[in-house]
Amino acid sequence: MAYELVVIGGGTAGSIVASRVAIDARDLVHADRVHVTLLTERDDHLYQPGLLYVPFGKAALEELHRRETALLPREVSTRVATVHHIDTDRRVVWTEAGEEIRYDDLVVATGSRPVPEEIPGLAEGGEYFYTEDAARRLADTLEHFTGGRILLAVGVPHKCPVAPLEFTFLLDDYLRARNLRERTEIVYTYPLGRLHSLEPVADWASALLPERGIQTETFVNMESVEPEKRVMHAMEGTDFAYDLLITVPPHRGAAFLAGMSGSPLSAPGEWIPTDPRTLAVKGLDHVFALGDATDLPVSKAGSTAHYQAEVVAANLVTALKGGYAGHRYDGKVFCFIEAGRDEATHITFDYAHPPRPQPPSRLVHMFKLAFNRTYWLMPQGIL
Amino acid sequence: MTDPKVTVATVEVDARGAYCPGPMMELIRAIRSAKVGEVIAVLSTDSGSRRDIPRWCEKAGHEFIGVDRIGDYDRIVVKKVH
Repeated sequence: MAYELVVIGGGTAGSIVASRVAIDARDLVHADRVHVTLLTERDDHLYQPGLLYVPFGKAALEELHRRETALLPREVSTRVATVHHIDTDRRVVWTEAGEEIRYDDLVVATGSRPVPEEIPGLAEGGEYFYTEDAARRLADTLEHFTGGRILLAVGVPHKCPVAPLEFTFLLDDYLRARNLRERTEIVYTYPLGRLHSLEPVADWASALLPERGIQTETFVNMESVEPEKRVMHAMEGTDFAYDLLITVPPHRGAAFLAGMSGSPLSAPGEWIPTDPRTLAVKGLDHVFALGDATDLPVSKAGSTAHYQAEVVAANLVTALKGGYAGHRYDGKVFCFIEAGRDEATHITFDYAHPPRPQPPSRLVHMFKLAFNRTYWLMPQGIL
Repeated sequence: MTDPKVTVATVEVDARGAYCPGPMMELIRAIRSAKVGEVIAVLSTDSGSRRDIPRWCEKAGHEFIGVDRIGDYDRIVVKKVH
């Protein structure tokens, strides 16, 4: 019987693992000894980092999509299916349609999802840009905005930890270009005692934000929102008035995991308990979790997913070819940080080395714009 | 204040090696899903968290039990009060 690799999730992590294994074990796939199956809820791959630009009219939603079936190498069998649950004892994935899919190894790359409804009033009172619909709505709201107080607030946990800063800098640019900046107060708040979770980034931001006339508040965690009064109440006891509330909502893991209590895949917030180096799901030998789906204390970011996918794919291929699967994830993350005014910087860090942000430059911004276009080579397993 | 060395935590969060989002974000995440009265221990190698977590507990009204240095990391213990 052929070896069955099943990958759940058609985002960055899942697509890269499926493509890399299919390409690097191509001979085995062609000999019908290895099958690589990717399960995705929609035949659609969304470049999520592009959503940052949508509210400002700097990216069209059509640019951010490709068909998953057209993107992946033909050695991957891509199937549109919604997972209902996973039986790790029998090594079977059950779909919503009642289909049973057997696996020898399973990769769970089911991502994360914003849950504004976790904070009372936030879904009604706050805007965000982490889904297509929300980004489109925010573009519309900003287009009709005529001035006032914009409050930015950040939920915990969330994906892409640099996005709140990037959004704030791009918002400042946008309002200046529309001659609304003098009529607008921007208040950037952050859950911690500094302006970003990474201390060097916080230091960098605490110089740049006031330079752009942006007010800052630390130790702000949203407790509830009163949309009618336009007030956000913080856990720390402070109230913030606003005309427009733009937030990064708190996130959770994939919804189907909530229904799997008792499974090693089940955990608070639907964050899968994962070994920080092998990326195996704790307590299971043939199941791996990566990307946003894990409980690892690393940034939920595309680069994290990419680096982790390389490790998992290399181990799977090595094992298929009879070698020792000794590749380990070292916690590496790389992030571009858009700084507005057509400049950007970047940071890289891992479990042992903190980041050192450099002053923003036009060149890095150009690189980021180029990256937005070359991204599509990654899920194909080319880059 | 209870001695953090002898405090048994109901939730232990291993945030060693975490720079981003970092131990304090992990603590806030754990506090949000914990029940009132639960004790949360965060393991951290980030020096800033030693300073930030007690300050945040004071602002947010949770009880900061203490920090225990164990080898190359801190065990920071907090009780959810409300």
